[in-house]
Amino acid sequence: MDYHFKILRFDPLKDEKPYFQDFFSRPKEMDSTLEAIMEIRDKQDPSLSFRYSCREAVCGACAMVINGNITLACKTTVKSLNSHQIVVEPLPNLEIQKDLIVNMDPFYKTMESIDPFLQPNGPLPEKGFRIDEKQMDKIFQFVTCLWCGCCYAACPVVSRDERYIGPAALAKLYRFVKDPRDGRDSAFWTKINNPGGIWGCDTVFRCNEVCPKDVRPADGIIGLRKKLIVEKTKNLFKRKS
Amino acid sequence: MDCHDILIIGGGLAGLSAALKISSDLKVAVISKVHPLRSHSVAAQGGINAALGNNPDGKDDSWEKHTCDTIKGSDFLADQDAVEMMCKTAIPVLYELDGLGAPFSRFPDGSIAQRPFGGAGFPRTCYAADRTGMILLHTLFEQCIKKGIAFYNEWLVTNLIIHEGQCVGVVVYDIASGKTHSIKAKAVIFTTGGYGRVYLRSTNAFINLGSGIGMAYRAGIPLKDMEFVQFHPTSLFGKNILITEGARGEGGYLLNNKGRRFMEDYAPSSMELAPRDIIARAIQTEINKGNGIEDKYVHLDLRHLGRKKIEKRLPGIQEICIYFAGFDPVEKVIPIQPAQHYSMGGIDVDEFCASLVKGFFAAGECACVSVHGANRLGGNSLLDAVVFGKISGESASNFVEGGGGKIAGDNILFAEAKRWEQKINDLMRKDSGENVYDLLYQLKDIMSIKAGIFRIKADLTDALSQIALLREKFKKAFISGNCFRYCQEFVTISEFDSMLDIAEVIVFGALKREETRGSHYRLDFQKRDDTSWLKHTLVNWSEKGPKVSFKDVKIGKYKPVERKY
Ligand SMILES: Cc1cc2nc3c(=O)[nH]c(=O)nc-3n(C[C@H](O)[C@H](O)[C@H](O)COP(=O)(O)OP(=O)(O)OC[C@H]3O[C@@H](n4cnc5c(N)ncnc54)[C@H](O)[C@@H]3O)c2cc1C
Repeated sequence: MDYHFKILRFDPLKDEKPYFQDFFSRPKEMDSTLEAIMEIRDKQDPSLSFRYSCREAVCGACAMVINGNITLACKTTVKSLNSHQIVVEPLPNLEIQKDLIVNMDPFYKTMESIDPFLQPNGPLPEKGFRIDEKQMDKIFQFVTCLWCGCCYAACPVVSRDERYIGPAALAKLYRFVKDPRDGRDSAFWTKINNPGGIWGCDTVFRCNEVCPKDVRPADGIIGLRKKLIVEKTKNLFKRKS
Repeated sequence: MDCHDILIIGGGLAGLSAALKISSDLKVAVISKVHPLRSHSVAAQGGINAALGNNPDGKDDSWEKHTCDTIKGSDFLADQDAVEMMCKTAIPVLYELDGLGAPFSRFPDGSIAQRPFGGAGFPRTCYAADRTGMILLHTLFEQCIKKGIAFYNEWLVTNLIIHEGQCVGVVVYDIASGKTHSIKAKAVIFTTGGYGRVYLRSTNAFINLGSGIGMAYRAGIPLKDMEFVQFHPTSLFGKNILITEGARGEGGYLLNNKGRRFMEDYAPSSMELAPRDIIARAIQTEINKGNGIEDKYVHLDLRHLGRKKIEKRLPGIQEICIYFAGFDPVEKVIPIQPAQHYSMGGIDVDEFCASLVKGFFAAGECACVSVHGANRLGGNSLLDAVVFGKISGESASNFVEGGGGKIAGDNILFAEAKRWEQKINDLMRKDSGENVYDLLYQLKDIMSIKAGIFRIKADLTDALSQIALLREKFKKAFISGNCFRYCQEFVTISEFDSMLDIAEVIVFGALKREETRGSHYRLDFQKRDDTSWLKHTLVNWSEKGPKVSFKDVKIGKYKPVERKY
């Protein structure tokens, strides 16, 4: 049986507003939504625009909304949708540039704003760091973030409060704070100790739900909150004694 | 017109490694057709080689042994001085990556973990679970943010501009705006990756169309050893997503339809850890003999490794099986088949990544130094991308700082962009013709059927004429939409031009090389022939078609012997 794809189309330079275009096609048994819309593009309408690259859920290029779920199109098999109607839309919370392509720059800026690079506090040991396996395992959850923007698109706080930098950036920061090799200056706390940072999150965990790599960004946000409180208490005691 | 000191084309591991090495006084930018984190490097799974000797079984490892394994793996076609240099620098490079924050997996003593890989005498492949490419690409990208490197993302480079024998800039198609323009540079580094999608079954990203290699060829730079195409033994049947060699490194078995570990018949001492060319041929032979399943694939069995090991060491593989094939490798065997994986050949450069055109450098998978010769060992190409990426950055910096760069007049660059715009306008004027995606499928078919794992003269000759026919059809290609913004069809048309060249050069080289060496297996010449063929193939573009010449292999202390595993 044919599948009915309803794909959002929009060219802001030509169209007044977005509209859905209908396509009918018959994807193969294990085809992903990405493969299905590629086939539609190749055979029916080459002007359809969307991003993609690795097709194996490691590059994060093909984030979009499929039947209401924010996800990577390459990771979502058509079969798993249990429906013969498939509605494909671009990520919310970001401006549409054409069809399924959104402007990711605001999201990338939030990622860059937290200084997402290791800041070691001394010279590098000549024969490499010695790091406890368990400590490395702890950050691995956060290291797998692809910068795909799914969590940013899903976050209700991002959509209503422009100050909020969003789940991915905070989880990334936590990855570095927890890295035993990192010795960043504690000044970074002032940047995120506010509603635009860790206190912005209203813990509805939409980010954890949509993350295609199970990063669970909210774990990072909560981790940062806990760590901040511990630091503060430590300072309090230091001042008293 | 804007002028850069150095333009790097490609934001994969090689490109970012180059960017980080360029002196801060120079004006540099990285151009990439996708955001750098979407580059194909992100998909590398298994790991990166360096003789650190951290594994208890690898205490006696050394960079010399790494060199020896690499040369033997290359079937003696690699240039030995370059291999030596790469393997020696691998050790400090790994510590440097660790220092930049790369979250490598660890051994209980806290050192970087290392696992066995095919063709290696010791466990020397450093890894971060099975996401090594991802963590390395992200780490280097983070460092580029720190250094404030300028990125022009979603710009497709369409032409290399050479003026009076010197590289002076590139033409780009800005995918977001749909506009074409030229950019000036005193030096250009190509780090544009492989061409995997010239084949039907490939482990490569969908975007790996290889246009960088084609552009260099058209600009008059020879391509080297292009007939050597690596087929990876284990790609997920149907989807051809890679199942890392690490899966066999961790102890996985290959089984035929009788449940037998057939590698016994092909490489009795290395078994599943023989080099890729040997295993890929073994699998294909089993399938051809009727020992495959449904005559299409064999099995990779991880079940005996147990849930704990699979979840810890191969979580990505588990995820791939679950999401893309609908089963858990803890419980079921994985159906696998060989697929195109890597390009040993590429743009001809020396060990400093310099080409014969002044101001033009290349590194990573698009380049051929050569360190992989006729067959690359697993874990050596991330290393190649990082080591030679860095070297290309250094070389280009020295070139520009030494005053080697020339600035061409604006008119020359405008003219190139105009020429390109003309081509686009011609395409736009047609309202019917050939659909480029159809042509692409046809090309893939030809390459897979006629120039795959096993090759023979009749097939190769046939492939050449079929490619020539496709080239004729391509003249009738047209753009069906009327919007140039985010026009993938245009990207594909632009790259397809190069793909035809690349395919032709692969087949042409394969036809010329009348021997069997590494990944290049000729059914009509089944032996390696060092007397006639211990040499690199160089192919130059000419009006009349590809022109072949040869170059000596740099042999050092490792004398060619028969390869046994
Ligand atoms: C699935 C898979 C797993 C692998 N696993 C391993 C492994 O475990 N160990 C190992 O050593 N090797 C591995 N490899 C090989 C290795 O990943 C690649 O060889 C290496 O990453 C190539 O890096 P690169 O920087 O040269 O190219 P890429 O990472 O492919 O980057 C190419 C860049 O060039 C840009 N580009 C290309 N053309 C243009 C153009 N015309 N205009 C503008 N930009 C352009 C792209 O946007 C991209 O940014 C693996 C390969 C595959 C396919």
